[in-house]
Amino acid sequence: MSDTETQVRTAIREALRHIAPEVELDQVDPTADLRDEIDLDSVDAMNLLVRLHESLGVEIPESDYSRIATLDGMVTYLEGRLAGEG
Amino acid sequence: MSRTYDMPALGAGMESGIVVEWHVEPGQAVKRGDVIGIVDTEKGAIDIEIWDDAEIAEILAPPGTEVPVGEPLLRLKVAGEDVDLDPREDEAPEVEPQEAPASQEAPAPEVAAADVVAPPQAPPSPAPRRRVSPLARRRAEALGVDPERVEGTGPGGAVTAADVEAAAGGDPSPPSPEPTPEPDPAPAPDPSPEPDRQAAMRRAIAAAMTRSKREIPHYYLSHTLSMESTLRRLEEVNRDRPPAERILVAALYIKAVAQGLEAFPELNGFWEDDAFRQADGIHPGLAISLRGGGLVAPALHDAPSRSLEELTSGIRDVVQRARAGRLRGSEVTDPTITVTSLGDRGVDTVFGVIHPPQVAIVGIGTVVERPWAEGGMVGSHRTVTLTLSADHRAGDGHRGSLFLARVAHLLHTGDEL
Repeated sequence: MSDTETQVRTAIREALRHIAPEVELDQVDPTADLRDEIDLDSVDAMNLLVRLHESLGVEIPESDYSRIATLDGMVTYLEGRLAGEG
Repeated sequence: MSRTYDMPALGAGMESGIVVEWHVEPGQAVKRGDVIGIVDTEKGAIDIEIWDDAEIAEILAPPGTEVPVGEPLLRLKVAGEDVDLDPREDEAPEVEPQEAPASQEAPAPEVAAADVVAPPQAPPSPAPRRRVSPLARRRAEALGVDPERVEGTGPGGAVTAADVEAAAGGDPSPPSPEPTPEPDPAPAPDPSPEPDRQAAMRRAIAAAMTRSKREIPHYYLSHTLSMESTLRRLEEVNRDRPPAERILVAALYIKAVAQGLEAFPELNGFWEDDAFRQADGIHPGLAISLRGGGLVAPALHDAPSRSLEELTSGIRDVVQRARAGRLRGSEVTDPTITVTSLGDRGVDTVFGVIHPPQVAIVGIGTVVERPWAEGGMVGSHRTVTLTLSADHRAGDGHRGSLFLARVAHLLHTGDEL
């Protein structure tokens, strides 16, 4: 796992600790819709984005929401943004 | 002057709460709205607030004590005040705060009344009587001990339940006339483990919903509207904002319901003692499902006057605290109507069950894209279905229908954006 990926996964795990404390990221199907997988409503989803913005400095616009629908998608997207793409 | 701060009724049907901790100590000055401590209830641990500027004179219920609704927790000193400005506060005789009348704010007076301890049988004594905690008094009654003869070790020499048990010979399990003996309050507070908490919340929901369906003749209305232009504007507004400043569509719903209620106050209040009592403010309670089960509906205070940004941050805050932190007492007690929104992953329509003593609940379904005819054209629109469940004792469907149409109009035009 690259350093960036570790950083991203840690940030997601830490954010979810406040929003869905019982969730074990390792047990989430990384290709399934994340919100369905761990039952996040729209307020939880917003809180997740706010926390990721605070911890990683990445501001995810609403138009990119479809790219972060799954855990794999979210990790890839955030890695890309941290690497300076998009 | 001195008065007591009593165990608040944190929800209909609450009979008692357990003091978890105090954030204040005798001699400390507190301001209206300050969180002064934590009380454990079937809705979870709740931050309790003070209603007036005052000084804490004495803590009557130490942590670990279970106290019935309406019975004193603290004695307050209110400086230079001759008039009781807050009718919710009792003016209790100083020497016997435990015999104050049940708090008037308790929405379940039958419960509070049942908990008021019988007056003493003995003729009045010239000497001021000892302070005895309500729990100790009940223990004393159960044990056949005269609490006046027990040496008190509690705050200010108050007699605690443990003192009563010690005086009774240390036998904590005598025949008791009470169906459920009180738990020993002596050990340190131990907030219920999660399964107990969930079972207690389930029972509280069961009691409230059973009462609702047994007592409240609901009528139901439904209306579907196009949210297309409003959602487009919302997307426009949110496009350039960082996540923390984006507006949630739930804020639009709350605002529209709150503004609608300004013209239909007969849906904003409580059915009590065979009459409708209109609420002073408009404080919609937002139904929040808890992870692992259960439901709370804390108030978003003064919603009509708050901006969409303020309502969004209020919603985010209250959702996070409902699930992972603590709600405030006022958030739990103040809702004047409930709004239940299924969010963006649910079904089309929700018909809510009214939370007594409220008289209405507005249901908001998931946004659904449908073919929609408007101005002679059929297009693809994002739509939402609103419902109203209202108490037919308090009002009729005609006014309910006008209210729901008003809310739909506010959402459709999206003028708030």
